[in-house]
Amino acid sequence: MSLFTSPEDARARLAAGDYLADAHIATTVFLADALGKPLLVEGPAGVGKTELAKAVAAATGADLVRLQCYEGLDEGRALYEWNYRKQLLRIQATPEGQDWNATHDDIFSDEFLLARPLLTAIRRTEPTVLLIDETDKTDVEVEGLLLEVLSDFQVTIPELGTVTAARRPFVVLTSNATRELSEALKRRCLYLYLDYPTPERERDIVLAQVPGITDALAEQLVRTVATLRALDLKKSPSIAETLDWARTLLALEADALDEEAIARTLGVVLKHVSDQNRAAKELGLPTAELG
Amino acid sequence: MALLERHVGFLEALRGAGLPVSLAEGLDAARALTVLDLVDREALRAAYATTLVKRPTHRGTFDTLFDLWFPAAVGDGVATPPAGERAERPLRTGPLTPDPVAEAMRERLFDLLLDGDEAGMRQLVREAVAAYGRSPASAPRQTWSAYAVGSALDARTLMAGLLREVLAGQDRGGLAERTARRALEDRLAVLQQMITAEVRRRLAEDAGAERVAKVAVRPPLEHLDILRATRNDLAELRRAVHPLARRLATRLAVKHKAGRRGRLDFRRTVRASLSTGGVPVRTFHRPRRPHKPELVVLCDVSDSVASFAHFTLLLAYALREQFTKVRVFAFVDNLDEVTGFFAPGVDVGDAMKRMTSEADIVWVTGRTNYGRAFDLFAEKYPDVVGPKTALLILGDARSNYGQLALPTLAKLVEAARRAHWLNPEPRRDWDTGDSAASTYDRVVPMVECRNLAQLAAFVEELA
Repeated sequence: MSLFTSPEDARARLAAGDYLADAHIATTVFLADALGKPLLVEGPAGVGKTELAKAVAAATGADLVRLQCYEGLDEGRALYEWNYRKQLLRIQATPEGQDWNATHDDIFSDEFLLARPLLTAIRRTEPTVLLIDETDKTDVEVEGLLLEVLSDFQVTIPELGTVTAARRPFVVLTSNATRELSEALKRRCLYLYLDYPTPERERDIVLAQVPGITDALAEQLVRTVATLRALDLKKSPSIAETLDWARTLLALEADALDEEAIARTLGVVLKHVSDQNRAAKELGLPTAELG
Repeated sequence: MALLERHVGFLEALRGAGLPVSLAEGLDAARALTVLDLVDREALRAAYATTLVKRPTHRGTFDTLFDLWFPAAVGDGVATPPAGERAERPLRTGPLTPDPVAEAMRERLFDLLLDGDEAGMRQLVREAVAAYGRSPASAPRQTWSAYAVGSALDARTLMAGLLREVLAGQDRGGLAERTARRALEDRLAVLQQMITAEVRRRLAEDAGAERVAKVAVRPPLEHLDILRATRNDLAELRRAVHPLARRLATRLAVKHKAGRRGRLDFRRTVRASLSTGGVPVRTFHRPRRPHKPELVVLCDVSDSVASFAHFTLLLAYALREQFTKVRVFAFVDNLDEVTGFFAPGVDVGDAMKRMTSEADIVWVTGRTNYGRAFDLFAEKYPDVVGPKTALLILGDARSNYGQLALPTLAKLVEAARRAHWLNPEPRRDWDTGDSAASTYDRVVPMVECRNLAQLAAFVEELA
């Protein structure tokens, strides 16, 4: 039943899927699986929270079921819904003389049930990774719903009875921390805070994700990004933006990251004028092209 | 059994330091220990962190305590010379007498810093602390000092050589130097942390982990006293402001939405009741207008409280959308409007700097004069404060025994919709010395606002 045999195994298999986990991430993923607990991943935007879930799915050969959270998400969208149009059709098409109880039993059967991500993930018998993305965007009521589903891995449908997970899915919740999740939810989850990576790890990520980049350029790139992150910026560059930057430089066929190359491409990583001005000032860039 | 005791003691210490560790989470941690290979200390740390620490701001406290309860080594570790050899070494008398051992260490450190080899650095730090960390003053009980180790290694002076090595021929002063310097600075900071942690570990061996924990643990960022923050803390605090503002804005949006039904629309309700024989079966309500106050900030920017004014303005500007208008007036013993410095898109830190150099806020003494500031405000800007205004005064209410201008202030408060005074001093210090806190408190409700958490709670209340 266990997906991984040890933290080292988890690290190696995630790396095979091009997700470079450090020891901390690997241990946490291993524990989430071994203890059968949901994993709550928090951190700034663009550090690979969603990617982690995808990488776990890829590494274990499991299917990914994704629930994208948004404001106003409700039970009908997250858990299950009755397909009432089809039920109506069924009632209208009832043969003459069929007794109501039979019809009732008929229309509240599996055929008329629209399973949404949470129910789908619980009912699957194959290995599954359930990704609940951007949990902080939902309303507080949905958190209550998640609590019930995630602590017992079962869903009660009044007309059908209780559906219990045949095989516990590996659950990953992600959050950008735009709002504090409730203590109750946090208590039930293992917690992983993903921060911006160390320059060494980021360099490896760039090398793995951007084929064709030279070691020297990657090194220069991640050092510059680290310098940018140390400034007081409105929005620090994320890993995703570092990768975009690397691709941009490749496309421009720049072989070194000098002042001029940075000034030309700064818009790829910094998306506020005040941030760009500040970076230009602190890094001593030629400011003519900015503004 | 020993592991269990340690586990329980560790949980106790975490709770003592203010981390909300529940019984269930403690059990999770214990369960995690059973499935892991306990030889790997970092795996152990990851297991505890993931089950017990659910807020990123608590991570620093956790790491400090973890290092105390689960030390990386016992005593001098393994690779140190035997005790006899060490005892013979003369104590360093001053920086001028070269110490061959320290010099050798510095040479090793140079290479380690150059490669960024953290394992090697840790080993070196352990040796250095064993050799130089013992402070000789207190003979019967050992004490350990990070300062002594720091000055023996004196890593700062290696910087110039390291930079030369890294740059190796590239031109100085450019981007290459900046990034290299940045990377080296980071490594030096890591080194300093290692020294502190190692010294703490040695102290804990002598005095017991509980006692060291009491001194070593710092409050999490949001509870840090803004006035007492170090330069590093300030940088970290500044970085925390934007995420905080975003969180507050989300929470405010939810709050505004919750009470969406406004006052009863009497006319429409009666009109609709005609169709049900005069019985108002359905009621109609006016749509509620979100209340957006105008914010007027009067801030004391004298040196003693400037950092506090800085943060409050940062937060106020990050939350600009929650207010119809924000106007800022700064004073020391003269008052000037500084709203213009805070144009949209301008970095608040820069604006603060420009404000102090360009605005006309210092008159003669350069010491805060609240009375004069309020009088000037009422005289020069009589129309700024109106019935839609939320008036916010930032300052420590230390008037240097000057006049207070209470009647003027009372009039201002009368004219405003609401008025608040944020005082960054702890409440117990109010009314000591030249503080006129409670005198002002009678006119304007004064709120203690020492850290980010209190500031956030206040702003949420205000908007």
